Amino acid sequence: MTELTLVQAVNDGLKTKMREDETVLVLGEDVGPKGGVFLATEGLTAEFGEERCFDTPLSEDGIIGVGIGLALNGMKPVCEIQFQDFIFPAFDQIVSEAAKFRYRSGGMYTVPMVIRTPYGGGIRGGLYHSQSGEAYFCHTPGLKVVVPSTPADAKGLLISAIEDPDPVLFLEPKALYRSFRQEVPEGIWRVPLSTVREVRPGDDAVVFCYGAMVPVCERAAERIAEARGAAVRVVDLRTLLPLDEEAVIAAARACGRVVVVHEAPRFCGYGAEISALIAEHAIDAMEAPVVRVTGFDTPFPNTLEHYYLPDARRVVDALERVLDYE
Amino acid sequence: MSDQLLQILDPTGRKVGPAPRVRREVLRRLLRAMLMTRHFDDRCMKLQRTGKIGFSVPNLGIEAVSAGAAAALDPERDWIAPSYRDFAMAFYHGVSAEAMMDTQFGNAADNNRGRQMPVHFTFREPVRFLSISSPIGTHLPQAVGIALAMKKRGEDGVCLASFGDGGTSSLGFHSGLNFAGVFGAPVVFLCQNNQWAISCPIDKQTASATIAAKAEAYGMPGRRVDGNDVLAVHKAVTEAVKRARAGEGPTLIEAVTMRMGGHSTSDDPSRYVPAELLAEWREKDPLIRFQRFLVDQGVMGEEEIAALDAECAEECAAAARAAAGKGRPALDTIFSDVYAELPPHLRAQQDWCIRHYSSRGEGVDEKGEFPL
Repeated sequence: MTELTLVQAVNDGLKTKMREDETVLVLGEDVGPKGGVFLATEGLTAEFGEERCFDTPLSEDGIIGVGIGLALNGMKPVCEIQFQDFIFPAFDQIVSEAAKFRYRSGGMYTVPMVIRTPYGGGIRGGLYHSQSGEAYFCHTPGLKVVVPSTPADAKGLLISAIEDPDPVLFLEPKALYRSFRQEVPEGIWRVPLSTVREVRPGDDAVVFCYGAMVPVCERAAERIAEARGAAVRVVDLRTLLPLDEEAVIAAARACGRVVVVHEAPRFCGYGAEISALIAEHAIDAMEAPVVRVTGFDTPFPNTLEHYYLPDARRVVDALERVLDYE
Repeated sequence: MSDQLLQILDPTGRKVGPAPRVRREVLRRLLRAMLMTRHFDDRCMKLQRTGKIGFSVPNLGIEAVSAGAAAALDPERDWIAPSYRDFAMAFYHGVSAEAMMDTQFGNAADNNRGRQMPVHFTFREPVRFLSISSPIGTHLPQAVGIALAMKKRGEDGVCLASFGDGGTSSLGFHSGLNFAGVFGAPVVFLCQNNQWAISCPIDKQTASATIAAKAEAYGMPGRRVDGNDVLAVHKAVTEAVKRARAGEGPTLIEAVTMRMGGHSTSDDPSRYVPAELLAEWREKDPLIRFQRFLVDQGVMGEEEIAALDAECAEECAAAARAAAGKGRPALDTIFSDVYAELPPHLRAQQDWCIRHYSSRGEGVDEKGEFPL
């Protein structure tokens, strides 16, 4: 076991998998000798050579399009999009191509690829270095969408994503890249996709969250425990698509009071899906309305980003609302 | 070099350039692929007009581009990333009219399991004919990735990417050619310049003097060929394939031709294509000149060509009859192949769907003749 930050764990996951499988390639802007703008690919070109970790021209459409071609022809590409905000030129390639190849070709052509990209706020990145676009992609059958929140999960989920036969969008919470260290298993370490992680036990209420909101929700649950002795369960969804719906419904039923937290805008956001799922499958067990704590339905601000992003206090307020509801 | 038009056969079938050495068997296959395409087109038009299939895309006038290019490839090691107007590429490599018709009908035997519109063919055997999507130009960077994979493995395969003049305005054209140039990927970019992107003429598509000229900006050679001259297309693509195999990188080829039919069966080109232009191009028909050449060179006799023509017509008619009777794909094909494994939420939706439509007596056993 080694103590790693989340971004180091991503790096470790890439190295571990590249050592094991020579078809794994890394491509993207500045991923080569520089090691990526966040150093997630540091040392890969030095260890594996330019054939396996290489810089590309500045074109997200090209990176994903070429990645799809590599995957169609026997490689396991891990494409890096420098910031999730820059992914939209490749939206067509991801949504209409990578996610649909298996379906449209009756399984004759498939795209086992991973698209890694840092998402979310908290680094004073303004409109174009802070967005959380998961909802756009979760509306895409054929794609998998994964969001780790700890170093161990980052490595374990990344290795599972690379081994997965379908395209996976791997959203890395950049606010957590270097926020804490954790022991991460050495060598091949897998965390299965489409499973949730219970971060903190509890039966009085449950908070569903993912990515950079997980530590925020943990702090909120601690404060509620201190303030009123309530036991709030925190569930890290980890894979948003395909979601482990059964686990979500079971946790909602067990607790009866639900808060959903994400930093993306609220309208048609991922929290709406969780709320609807609970309304359809667990309404009889609900003791309070589902409450969402999210970013505002505005573009992402810069100077005032700390007022835009949900913090522990906002989650505490929401928890109090559901806990006090009669 | 890039603005000169390579021509070997003039519209009358007379040799005006040095003829490449092409084996007789290849010449016959080229003719067959072009004739098959013409008859298949004709049959699909009738099927669409009588409501048996929903849609097709006429290949009339451009057959030499697809056939000539396909003949330059080796199906054992090469890939085709086709456009939707490349039926002759599949026919050249031995895809049967019936397999093509199965996709036209979207029946139970369709490789795409009835999921795509007609014309969006997918084949793996006898040639890697990449699944076609409708958005334009997306397959160009994919072709670069396919080619790059072979280069990285030290193989000598090539990927041919085919697209139209409209495709040169797409995002994928720029990223595809740019990445191919930078990586030296073994790709042949074949632009079928048929002068129309639905109703948009080439002079409203680009201000470049030629499409081949665009190659220079990406650091690769550009060639311009008479797209109605199957031997010229074959020669240009063969040379580009040779370059790519030798590790010399990509080439852009502009095959100048004319779409003699509509964009699709839903289009009425008489609203925007001048009749004089069509009349002018009718004289340049790729089949007329190639057939004259074959007869003049003693490769095939006129009777032999007539017999082959009749055989192709019958194969297409028989394929349509067979495909029409294969029924619809099973209801669960809505849900399979979304992922390698059916996730629980899709299993639940699938179970519901089958239960629901069964209770209505629908969607269970849809055999019989199209249109169903």
